[in-house]
Amino acid sequence: MQGVTKRHYVIISKGDVFVLKPSENEKEIIIEHVAEILGGWRADRENLIPILQDVQDRLGYLPGVAMEKIATAMDIPAVDVFGLATFYNQFRLNPPGDHQFKVCMGTACYMVGGNIAMDSFKRRLSIGEGDTTPDRKFSLERVVCVGCCSIAPVVVVDDMIEGKVTPTRVDGILLAFEDKHQKKDDNKGNQGQEGV
Amino acid sequence: MSAIVIEGYYAGLKSKADHKLLPLKEKPVIWVGTATCGKAAGAIEVREAFKKEIKSRGLDAEVMEVGCMGHCYAEPLTVISKPGFPPLCYGHVDEGLVKRLVEDFLVNDDPCYEYAMVALEPNDIFPTLTDFPRGAYEEKIILEDCGFIDPEDIDHYIAREGYAALAKVLTMKPEEVLEEIKASNLRGRGGAGFPAGIKWEACRKSPGSEKYVIVNADEGDPGAFMDRSILESNPHLVIEGLIISAYTIGSSRGYFYVRSEYPQAIRRLETALEQAREKGLLGNSIMGSDFNFDIEIFRGSGAFVCGEGTALINSMEGKMGIPEHRPPRLAESGFRGKPTLLNNVKTFAYVPAIIRKGADWFKSTGTSKSPGTAVFSLVGKVGNSGLVEVPMGTTLRQLVYDVGEGIPGEKKFKAVQIGGPSGGCLPESALDVPIDFDSLHEAGAIMGSGGLVILDEDDCMVAIARYFLEFTQKESCGKCTFCRLGTKHMLDILTRITKGQEEDLASLDILRELAEDIEAGSLCNLGKTAPNPVLTTIRYFLDEYKEHIVNKRCPALMCTDLIAFYIAPEKCSKLCNACVGSCPTEAVYTREDGLKAINQDKCVKCNNCLKACPTEYSAVIKLSPPELVVEKEREQK
Ligand SMILES: Cc1cc2nc3c(=O)[nH]c(=O)nc-3n(C[C@H](O)[C@H](O)[C@H](O)COP(=O)(O)O)c2cc1C
Ligand code: FES
Repeated sequence: MQGVTKRHYVIISKGDVFVLKPSENEKEIIIEHVAEILGGWRADRENLIPILQDVQDRLGYLPGVAMEKIATAMDIPAVDVFGLATFYNQFRLNPPGDHQFKVCMGTACYMVGGNIAMDSFKRRLSIGEGDTTPDRKFSLERVVCVGCCSIAPVVVVDDMIEGKVTPTRVDGILLAFEDKHQKKDDNKGNQGQEGV
Repeated sequence: MSAIVIEGYYAGLKSKADHKLLPLKEKPVIWVGTATCGKAAGAIEVREAFKKEIKSRGLDAEVMEVGCMGHCYAEPLTVISKPGFPPLCYGHVDEGLVKRLVEDFLVNDDPCYEYAMVALEPNDIFPTLTDFPRGAYEEKIILEDCGFIDPEDIDHYIAREGYAALAKVLTMKPEEVLEEIKASNLRGRGGAGFPAGIKWEACRKSPGSEKYVIVNADEGDPGAFMDRSILESNPHLVIEGLIISAYTIGSSRGYFYVRSEYPQAIRRLETALEQAREKGLLGNSIMGSDFNFDIEIFRGSGAFVCGEGTALINSMEGKMGIPEHRPPRLAESGFRGKPTLLNNVKTFAYVPAIIRKGADWFKSTGTSKSPGTAVFSLVGKVGNSGLVEVPMGTTLRQLVYDVGEGIPGEKKFKAVQIGGPSGGCLPESALDVPIDFDSLHEAGAIMGSGGLVILDEDDCMVAIARYFLEFTQKESCGKCTFCRLGTKHMLDILTRITKGQEEDLASLDILRELAEDIEAGSLCNLGKTAPNPVLTTIRYFLDEYKEHIVNKRCPALMCTDLIAFYIAPEKCSKLCNACVGSCPTEAVYTREDGLKAINQDKCVKCNNCLKACPTEYSAVIKLSPPELVVEKEREQK
């Protein structure tokens, strides 16, 4: 089965809010994945949350088409599925970026500047909490206490935990990624040339 | 069931485990703490460095991963046990130290005492935990093995008497087990302190053969992490407690409700359950008895309110996690409408020790009404942050100053926030309150989840009250009007206060009135306790509120709208550019005369320049209210 390539999205701009919608091609792939996941579960209301979790684990978020498909398969109103997806903080309705920044807003982090770290990311990425940059490289979220309060304020960069994050460190983190992307693009260019 | 079969079964497990671990006593073993806190500090690199060094020198030594020892301030932590030496613990280990330890200690028998923190067994050479104030107060029941066993190997647990309590229970009648738990007066550690025995009894008495037992590992307090740490460091302890509860009330199915933000805890639990099944400790005819029981994991989806019992059940049934009216209690009608026992991670974790050593032993620790120990995650402005376990009845002062080693850097203590979003802030004058369910309640706080944040003079009490209220307001499920709208209204007022937009002291009365209404008009404890952080801060720190409202001043210099950054010209060195370079918005600039200054319109108050300014100058200062800057600048001219 084809993987979900993240670049297939159409970006619709509503003022400064971006809504990311899958393309037709993407929709088909999503539905295929969802059908496969549904195959592993009994169509029982009790399994609804685990199913949604599986879909999100696989696709990175809960696309609208996926939720509709699940509702039909389980024979429940689509609004029930949407209701759950919006009630629980874990579920995201927009696809995540290639890299995720999760800023800890737990008590210990907040008291020593978690919000300052959050503001720095917002300022540098020009997006809000819970959003993804239009080029889909980065997304920004808040978490509460990841259990590393002794190195507060903490930011989880993909799966790595960064401690004592100051605005300068935020710049450093972003710079490191830009470098990496730059290198990747360079490599691609080189390979292309070598291939010729 | 014939006791001989079960005792024989257990003896088999134990001797196998002992046998397997025997070689570890005969060669050097290096234990690296790789719970989340250790990993964040670089424990994986340390582990790899040890492996590499040992391999390159061809040494016969073992590198093991363990969970969290609770000394998070000193991560990455490593314990080295080498035959002939007491096991020694080293803190802040890096790759350089790894090289030295391997070279000097493993190869040459020099334990590098100058780097060692503490010895873990009594000896004549090096101080042990009990020689430190923290060790003198700490008494570990449920954290005892955390950090000293491999959580991914059940034999480590079994070798330390693990599952002995289960073996004992299976030879007892369920009524006898119940009596023991009741006699111990074990109180629930999920917050409210409800006696576990009474809950177990109610479940046992409820009619019906289908019953459920559930571990509440939703840990919603945004500043607490002990439940996760226990699951990551010693999952079998909780599993054993859960199996015992199931046997007692007559249940054949149990669940762990774990928040999905805890992937490592979930992974380790899965491994632990698998290994318990392989050993015949879960599944059909456990340990050869006729008792059948198995456990599943349910991943919670990140809603604070789901920690509440009825909401938790709703979410397990695939519905929105919204609390319900009680009665009926869960003990009568819980998961799938059947009798259900719900206890916190820590509550279950006490059970094996109580069974092994008896109710009287348990009651010999703590106070008469709150026996046993209390576990806290000690964080904030404190020297020794981490997980601590102290007997109930220890005072807050002992916890902050002896166990936590007080406030770092000549700062002044201001308050402890205890109990998370439902708890309160207690000032210096309340420091002699003993820690137990009832005394804390009287002081206006609660035991709650065990989050304990220590605040100093740089922390603003209005801001922290606002922080917790914002949390509960966001997490309110919206069912009760007072909780939904009342908290919003309170939050608006607090936000205005922290921004200096509140003109009238009467707003404090409105806050108090709203708090009363929310308490009366909310169904569950999320709403009922949401105003606590606000009420306690008003009660103990009224002056700080007044300063914000009357003088538009934040005495702790924390509320960004009420402060401004200023570079004192008499202190600025001119020659250094640290502040200019650190500014993310180019607000700091060099004046014509070489002194640095801040363009207030560009400043985002990120604190960077203040941190960057070398301590010998300390030229960057915060002023509140912000208008003071204008005055200062005028004076200068
Ligand atoms: C909003 C809210 C959140 C709660 N969160 C938790 C939690 O994260 N963990 C927990 O064990 N109990 C939590 N509780 C308490 C549970 O409702 C319940 O009292 C507890 O799990 C019972 O276990 P215990 O008797 O062992 O304390 C919460 C209660 C409320 C009202
Ligand atoms: S509050 Fe951020 S890690 Fe605990």
